[in-house]
Amino acid sequence: MILYNRFILDNGLTVLVHEDNATPMAVVNVLYDVGARDENPEKTGFAHLFEHLMFGGSINIPDYDEPLQRAGGDNNAYTTNDLTNYYCQLPAQNIETAFWLESDRMLSLAFSEKSLAVQRKVVCEEFKEHYLNKPYGDIWHKMRELAYKVHPYKWMTIGRELSHVENARIDDVKAFFFKHYRPVNAILVVAGNVKTDNIKRLAEKWFGPIPMGEKYIRNLPQEPVQQEARKLSVEAAVPLDAFIKTWHMDARLEKGYYVADLITEILGGGGSSRLYQSLVKEQKLFSNLDCYHFGTMDAGLITIEGKLVKGTSMEQAESAISAELEKIQQTPIGESELIKVKNKTESVIAFEDMSVMSRANSLAMYELMGDAALMNTELNKYRNITTEDMTSYSQQIFRESNSNTIYYHAR
Amino acid sequence: MTLNRTIPPTITDAVSFDLQLRKCDQYQLDNGVPVYSLDAGTQEVLLVEWVFYAGNWYEQKNIVAATTNFMLKNGTNTKNAFSINEHFEFYGAYLNRSCYNETATITLHCLSKHINELLPVVAEIITESIFPEEELNTYRQNQKQRLEVNLKKCDFIANRLIDEYVYGIQHPYGKYTSTLDYDHLNREELVAFYRQFYTEGNCTIFTAGKIPAGLSQQLNQVFGKLPLQKKTIPAIHHPVLPSAEKKIRIINDAEGVQGAIRMARPFPNRHHPDYSKVQILNNLFGGFFGSRLMSNIREDKGYTYGIHSYIQNHIHDSAWMISTEAGRDVCEATIEEVYKEMQILCNDQIDEEELSLVRNYMIGSVLGELDGPFQLISRWKNYVLNDVDENYFYNSVNQIKTTGAEELQELAKKYLNPDSFYELVVI
Repeated sequence: MILYNRFILDNGLTVLVHEDNATPMAVVNVLYDVGARDENPEKTGFAHLFEHLMFGGSINIPDYDEPLQRAGGDNNAYTTNDLTNYYCQLPAQNIETAFWLESDRMLSLAFSEKSLAVQRKVVCEEFKEHYLNKPYGDIWHKMRELAYKVHPYKWMTIGRELSHVENARIDDVKAFFFKHYRPVNAILVVAGNVKTDNIKRLAEKWFGPIPMGEKYIRNLPQEPVQQEARKLSVEAAVPLDAFIKTWHMDARLEKGYYVADLITEILGGGGSSRLYQSLVKEQKLFSNLDCYHFGTMDAGLITIEGKLVKGTSMEQAESAISAELEKIQQTPIGESELIKVKNKTESVIAFEDMSVMSRANSLAMYELMGDAALMNTELNKYRNITTEDMTSYSQQIFRESNSNTIYYHAR
Repeated sequence: MTLNRTIPPTITDAVSFDLQLRKCDQYQLDNGVPVYSLDAGTQEVLLVEWVFYAGNWYEQKNIVAATTNFMLKNGTNTKNAFSINEHFEFYGAYLNRSCYNETATITLHCLSKHINELLPVVAEIITESIFPEEELNTYRQNQKQRLEVNLKKCDFIANRLIDEYVYGIQHPYGKYTSTLDYDHLNREELVAFYRQFYTEGNCTIFTAGKIPAGLSQQLNQVFGKLPLQKKTIPAIHHPVLPSAEKKIRIINDAEGVQGAIRMARPFPNRHHPDYSKVQILNNLFGGFFGSRLMSNIREDKGYTYGIHSYIQNHIHDSAWMISTEAGRDVCEATIEEVYKEMQILCNDQIDEEELSLVRNYMIGSVLGELDGPFQLISRWKNYVLNDVDENYFYNSVNQIKTTGAEELQELAKKYLNPDSFYELVVI
């Protein structure tokens, strides 16, 4: 049970405080309700580029990192298709430094041309390092475009192409900031060796005077139900054939999400999972195989992906996967197998909740989904899943017409 | 009253903190296996780690140590690989194994309430693994495929080669795997290595988390009678045979858009008096986001997504390493900037403001790392394996607080000499 206090400032900023006096540290986590899904299709990669610019100086403070490091702190940030999250950790005595820094960059950035010019280059190098200069690095670019025709999940957080990042202008940056980086679109979580009264005082002092801004109303085109199987075959300079197939699944708060999560565990979670045992160990068709989903807020994808053992054909690999999926659709999962994946979920949650930083992050995430209290009911949602749920949801999603397949051939 | 946002809040200098390293309980099982135990944390979780002196330092033939370690989960007298995995996964536990240079480990993460069901199977793995031929074949085939993919990555190639240059291809820190090594493996060698270095080997146990009542008795009952700790660890000396050539450029992928840059020089281990002081110099140079390399090469020039320097965490010899992936056309410019930054550290004394920032940052990081049972036990493990004690901790903290600019400049002159660095770019 994770305890917290919650209050909302007059300007709409939601504040959560999680007290844990066993640690000498404090964590300040600021989540902005904006991700790559909110980008203009002609200016993709912007939310993430923006995350970099948040370190390029704010209106009253030329450098974010230096004063934080001087206070014994450290920080980082990440951007996903759904959201952007900034977090720092520092000795609890110095927590006001984090309030000073975070509130100033919520007030306004410095919008320095130099910072934009440099970070465009840095992000281009990040793009190259992770997606261009790695074998199979473009596989998800291709899969997203295949699986999503309408929803903005069709592009990667890093952006659809380098030129979008290269062409970013300071006016775009300003507009993006004042649209999304407003108190009313943010959630502040403070955790660790802190007292709620003091945090309330600090929040009002530093964040209180920031203009509220306009609530961003998200109105994204939802992906229509897919009607027929999509297939793509590509060739690349890679050593091994790779196979990847996805099926549309439910959004984060739907029941189907939780069932899909357990299905990925049954199929691909660990050395005793079905796909690993059958396709890697027994039939020796794949040299590695994974089954996962990204936990996205809007309707996501359940994915099976692996590299083929040399000599195996794509058709052979695919039909072996289909055979395993038929089993999960037709034969009820045994009680002990279901207990296994529930036990695993219980322990994943317990390990996640060990660090204050991770607890702060989770609180922000659940608050974004509607209510931080969801964090404490999550495990029960998994516990309530039945064998019938698993069978019927498998039947619902693992339909060929709901699938997207890429044969990624070694040239 | 309007808030003046240009004035920073007052801070407590982290250097004034009195850092205390939480003590680790220590006891021995009946057979002499030492156990280090740290009871802390709020979640009902537990980590148990078995550390064996079974790293590649002790193998006669390449990858025998790593393969033996990997295959510990692939079959015992009573359980096949699937049953072993299923047993741990049923309880939501993670059983991992890793092979390093001197040591190799088995690590269990689990909810504290399940520990009694899990320990006996770990004991079985240590005493009754059988290394089935078929499992070995699958491992060979899949590892060869994995290696083939990795060999396309410039960073992977660069990491291997820079170690080879610094230590020599025969040295445990410098050698690496070829596909032929997998073909040359045979089961009997694994079994022999396993018997000598695991079943009858030298083991140290580390536990951390919410330690359930009776864990020490339980460990003693399950592991206290095993034939461990009977023999002394063989004393093996591996000479360092560095490369004669120091500046190397390789094109691994003609189409590559980035180069992996590695620059390294030999550096002594933790027992050398310069070691802790150089950590401060290293931090300032390339050890954190505010470092000079990062400020110059990423934040000013935008040549790279990230550049880091660090001292390799080795027990015997070590190296001071600079590592980055940079745009293909700016690799040489990046190297030039790295040397420039070295030169500046040798020529100009660090000013007090920058030095105090690095000190505060480092103390803040140490404070953060003293939080949480798993981080704490990992620090203790590092101390135990490197044969240092808690004085090492207090000395290091003291060095961070007191080492002056003059001394750091002397250290820069002693170590940051471009001629002493191996320099490699792999595109």
